[in-house]
This record gives sequence, C-alpha cells and structure tokens, in this order.
Amino acid sequence: MTIAGIVDILDARVLCGSENLGQEVTTACGSDLMSDVLAFVKDKTILITGLTNVHVIRTAEMLDIHCIVFARGKIPGEDVLSEARELGIAVLSTCHTTYTTCGLLYQAGIRGNNDCVPQARPAAKAE
Amino acid sequence: MREYSMVDHYPVSARDFATAGDASASIKRKLKQLGVDSAILRRIAVASYEVELNLMIHSVGGTLTMMMSPDEILLVSSDAGPGIPDIEKALQEGFSTADEEARNLGFGAGMGLPNMRRNADEFSIQSALGRGTEIRMRFRLQ
Ligand SMILES: Nc1ncnc2c1ncn2[C@@H]1O[C@H](COP(=O)(O)OP(=O)(O)OP(=O)(O)O)[C@@H](O)[C@H]1O
Ligand SMILES: [Mg+2]
Repeated sequence: MTIAGIVDILDARVLCGSENLGQEVTTACGSDLMSDVLAFVKDKTILITGLTNVHVIRTAEMLDIHCIVFARGKIPGEDVLSEARELGIAVLSTCHTTYTTCGLLYQAGIRGNNDCVPQARPAAKAE
Repeated sequence: MREYSMVDHYPVSARDFATAGDASASIKRKLKQLGVDSAILRRIAVASYEVELNLMIHSVGGTLTMMMSPDEILLVSSDAGPGIPDIEKALQEGFSTADEEARNLGFGAGMGLPNMRRNADEFSIQSALGRGTEIRMRFRLQ
C-alpha cells in the first residue's frame, strides 16, 4: 500500500510531505514511548502516535521512518512540522484514536514489525 | 592505537529538550554522506540518539564524540556526573529514574541502555558516583 492509501483508509489530513504520498508502506508501529519505538522498529515503517513534540520527528529521522500519523486529530506545532518538512517525512493527522487507527491499518494488511522478548519480572522492591 | 581519520566532539547540555538529538542528527547526516551502509547507520543513529538523550536527561552535561576509521565507528559519551549508583540495575529493561518532564516527551521507558547494548557491536560502561559516566560503543563497518 502507498501512503496515499493510508490517507484514504484513515480519512486523514496531510499536514506535510504530500509529494511523498506515492511511497510504499508495509509495516507500522503504534506507540507513545519513543524508546520503545527506537528499540523495536526494524524496517521502513510508519509511526502512529499521540505525542506531538519534536522528538517524535527526531526519532523518525534516526529510524528512516518516512510517515508519521498523529491520532485523535492531534496537530503538532509549526516548529515540529517544519522539521518534518525539511526531512521529507509525510505527516498525517486522523480523528481516529490510536487503537482504531492501528486496527484499520491492520485490517488493510499492514502488519507490525517486532520481535518481542518478554522482560524479566522486576525484582521485588526491598522495603 | 587505531588511527581515526575523523574525530568530532559534540557538547550536550543538561535538560535542554529543544536541542537534544541535534548531535545525533549531525552524526547521521555526516555518515550517510560518507556512504556508511544504511542498516549499520540506523544502528549507530539509534544508539547515538539514546546516549545523547541520556546525557541531556540524566547527566549534568557532557560530550558525545564520534570517531571514524576505515573499518569502524566509535561513539563515546562522557559526562561529569552524577554517575550511576548501580550499573547492573540501570542496564535492565524497564529501569528508569527519568522525571515527569522526560516521560511526558515519550522517554523514561528504561529501554535506552539495553537498546544501545543491542545495537552496538561492542558496548562498555564505566561510572563513578560524583565523577561521571563514560559509555563506549563500537560499530564495525564491514
Ligand atoms: N549519563 C548518565 N548519567 C547518570 N545516570 C544515567 C546516565 N545514563 C543513564 N542513567 C541512569 O540509567 C537509567 C536507565 O537508562 P536508560 O537509558 O536505559 O533508560 P531511561 O533513559 O530512564 O529511559 P529511556 O531511555 O527508555 O527513555 C536512567 O533512568 C538513569 O537513572
Ligand atoms: Mg535513556
């Protein structure tokens, strides 16, 4: 599927990067924890998040993420958008919640991309 | 001693959320221009960003240094304190002392150090309370 297809499915607004709507998307990752994103994303993927600060864009830059979807109608500030624009990252905003956004994309064949290894149980706190 | 053809120092200030990540972005752009393989570059970028954010969030400030030789990249993070009381614990996934401000920005999952260790070909950490922390990460280029 292309980013344009994602815009369609999510009924999304394109905030920047409309010149990249033809790029292919195969996997997605939904998270508000940037270090989880940094830990689990392996391949070119899109990021679905409810966080709108500039570190979302920087995280995407580090991982070569080429499309970010802000859920629940969130719109980042102009400073954040201008960084995305400079990097050629397509930024979308959809009114669906993160949960629904992920569900719609999964239904359309976009899969996750992780190899989760369960964490050890946290050690009991010494009181 | 290995010969490094390039040595770049990037100062990282404590608690400066607006500019944190700039050093890693510069490093990534530079190495990309120099033709470093994109899969290796992604591992370097992730480790660099994590270590840079740790400098900004947890330390009193420090320096990120990137050194390049024909066959490897070495990243060194060093700061002047406060040091890590229990390194073993800090290296566990999920351990974090990050404050509210960092958490609100999407950090504080306690994934940074494990993530660096996973991405680097060699990883070492030394820390002394009150003196500071040094992390060295080596990435083979072929
Ligand atoms: N340079 C440093 N100086 C002092 N303490 C540090 C430093 N780097 C890491 N730590 C300590 O180690 C802990 C674990 O670091 P790690 O990067 O794994 O997680 P985090 O930064 O808390 O969260 P995340 O990286 O997931 O956003 C930190 O919470 C902090 O207590
Ligand atoms: Mg960290």
